[in-house]
Amino acid sequence: MEVEVEAQQRDVNNVMCQLVDPEGTTLGPPMYLPQDVGPQQLQQMVNKLLSNEDKLPYTFYISDQELVVPLESYLQKNKVSVEKVLSIVYQPQAIFRIRPVNRCSATIAGHSEAVLSVAFSPDGKQLASGSGDTTVRLWDLSTQTPMFTCKGHKNWVLSIAWSPDGKHLVSGSKAGEIQCWDPLTGQPSGNPLVGHKKWITGISWEPVHLSSPCRRFVSSSKDGDARIWDVTLRRCVICLSGHTLAVTCVKWGGDGVIYTGSQDCTIKVWETSQGKLIRELKGHGHWVNSLALSTEYVLRTGAFDHTGKQYSSAEEMKQVALERYKKMKGNAPERLVSGSDDFTMFLWEPSVSKHPKTRMTGHQQLVNHVYFSPDGQWVASASFDKSVKLWNGITGKFVAAFRGHVGPVYQISWSADSRLLLSGSKDSTLKIWDIRTKKLKQDLPGHADEVFAVDWSPDGEKVASGGKDKVLKLWMG
Amino acid sequence: MRDYRHGRGKPRTGWEKNSQIQRRSLTCFNLGFTSTLFRPHQYRRLPPPVAAMPQGDYIERHRKLHGYRHDHFERKRKKEAREVHKRSAMAQKALGIKGKLFAKKRYAEKALMKKTLAMHEESSSRRKVDDDVHEGAVPAYLLDRDTTTRAKVLSNTIKQKRKEKAGKWEVPLPKVRPVAEDEMFKVIRTGKRKTKQWKRMVTKATFVGPSFTRKPPKYERFIRPSGLRFNKAHVTHPELKCTFNLEIIGVKKNPNGSMYTSLGVLTKGTIIEVNVSELGLVTPAGKVVWGKYAQVTNNPENDGCVNGVLLV
Repeated sequence: MEVEVEAQQRDVNNVMCQLVDPEGTTLGPPMYLPQDVGPQQLQQMVNKLLSNEDKLPYTFYISDQELVVPLESYLQKNKVSVEKVLSIVYQPQAIFRIRPVNRCSATIAGHSEAVLSVAFSPDGKQLASGSGDTTVRLWDLSTQTPMFTCKGHKNWVLSIAWSPDGKHLVSGSKAGEIQCWDPLTGQPSGNPLVGHKKWITGISWEPVHLSSPCRRFVSSSKDGDARIWDVTLRRCVICLSGHTLAVTCVKWGGDGVIYTGSQDCTIKVWETSQGKLIRELKGHGHWVNSLALSTEYVLRTGAFDHTGKQYSSAEEMKQVALERYKKMKGNAPERLVSGSDDFTMFLWEPSVSKHPKTRMTGHQQLVNHVYFSPDGQWVASASFDKSVKLWNGITGKFVAAFRGHVGPVYQISWSADSRLLLSGSKDSTLKIWDIRTKKLKQDLPGHADEVFAVDWSPDGEKVASGGKDKVLKLWMG
Repeated sequence: MRDYRHGRGKPRTGWEKNSQIQRRSLTCFNLGFTSTLFRPHQYRRLPPPVAAMPQGDYIERHRKLHGYRHDHFERKRKKEAREVHKRSAMAQKALGIKGKLFAKKRYAEKALMKKTLAMHEESSSRRKVDDDVHEGAVPAYLLDRDTTTRAKVLSNTIKQKRKEKAGKWEVPLPKVRPVAEDEMFKVIRTGKRKTKQWKRMVTKATFVGPSFTRKPPKYERFIRPSGLRFNKAHVTHPELKCTFNLEIIGVKKNPNGSMYTSLGVLTKGTIIEVNVSELGLVTPAGKVVWGKYAQVTNNPENDGCVNGVLLV
């Protein structure tokens, strides 16, 4: 008799739940779950259902709110009907955790003009910076001292990019020439690559899973062209012309297409073997400033991941990179986010349609930089309205605004585990934001002037920043 | 000026006679002109004489008929050449208000001329594309942006504080003319018989804070006239070379004495604190600077405005 009553009570306390992944596909049939189930039990369940060998951490969301308490208290608090099927979205988290940086470990002087770009190598072992004194400098991260000074540019070095296998470093200058450097010796490999008539605005390498070793990269310029270069042939392979105004941003996608955003308000998608225009994405009302791909981080780091494993052969590297790319992408198409001078952003799925998926509005000033989190779940945008905004990377819905900067935010960078976001601003500070609590985690003052460039190393150990005060700062946890 | 239109110098009366006179004058005037113009059918083409026809287009009409006088262009040239001398003579001789007005007009003309000249110069002169390295490097995302409003981060707030402690200021106007008390204050006689002389009116511009509450007027020793009160100043940033209309927060120091400081008297050389929050200046720690000191560089009581230089 007693047992029966108990069973009845348990029945009453159950709730019909459906586990759903971020893209909306269901996992298993809907099931009755006891209301005292919390995130931990759900995590076990998902790991079981997906038959993961090593247990992954997950977070759970019910109607875009993270579930941190047992279901029962959530239902009571939000007065959710128990009669409907409750869909719970699970999102995988990184198994590693990156410590937030909280102190400046080194201030390295060396550049005699403002530092305009900073980039860690894909394996996080090397650091390069480009500056207004026309040099590129390579820094020794273990001793935090300058290693090589690469001279050869005629004007300010505006952009630098590491090849995803870490074997090459290219830099573009305001005079329009591109120089390729050997990061091990700091010597230029050959003469500068000439072709662009105006300054270089962006450089992007071909992903390592498409071709290994890395040979080709694409550069965008103020003169309205994007050019594909070959490092071994040392010349321009294809010139992608079609934009009527300056090209502001270029990205080489994981599917082997090139995306260019321009001041003529369009985004163009190019095929890379012959340089044909595939798609034109229209929608913005003003300059397109910045593009971001959902797979950008994995394309940037190539085969290198948090374990710090090194690969000897190019084939192996390609294999691992392809595996990582596939895992990251899942079976959803590649997503693209564009930030514009019209204060809005668009979320596109260029391989599916030429129409935007969502328009992301909310900023009150131009959007200067957009960046997908390494796991593709979030999009962060830096704007001149002094705020950083966080958006859902799949639906494009607004999630949170990070306010705290007192000047325009110039650049942002994600930690490799997607749990922290770094922003550098004109107000001379860097700030670290916690994605989970949606709050400021750490304020990093120290620069004497505007911060132009920030980068979080892929291994998560360090943060580098450079700005108008001519020094490079390294920050550690 | 003599009128060359009618060679006779005879006064004309009406249009009725005009055609006749004209015809006659035409005949006798036409000695040096080509005869092609002087064919009879052209007479018939003349517009019919109208009574209300303005007197003034004789010249035009004549010119249509006979062309210009043979010496017209030379005379014109000479007259124009003489004009500058005439003007200069006029400029030298004109006295008083006429001279002033003339000088002002001439100044405006010259300024305009210089401006147009400079504009032409700019459009015609060819410049080399500058490919040398400039200072003040900015990243690619800021290259196309308008950077006129860029304010430098001023890292000298600490220095400013230190100076403040020492009480020393290195200011744009290090010396000021001392202002005597009887220039600064006007004695107001009060009392039923106007025998009491303890009230003073400040004759200089003042700053009165928004929270100031008057004492009962009977016991108020110093009167600061509301017509001479200011709460905004035109402050020039010496490095940005631009001027902002900023709110005055307070009077930091009047060089003539602490009493004037506490009264908020704005004379030339006074250090005032202004609200610079709209300039967007930031300290190295990322906090917004909102109060900064400035020195008054004009005589506000004479000019009706407060001008100043920001102390950086």
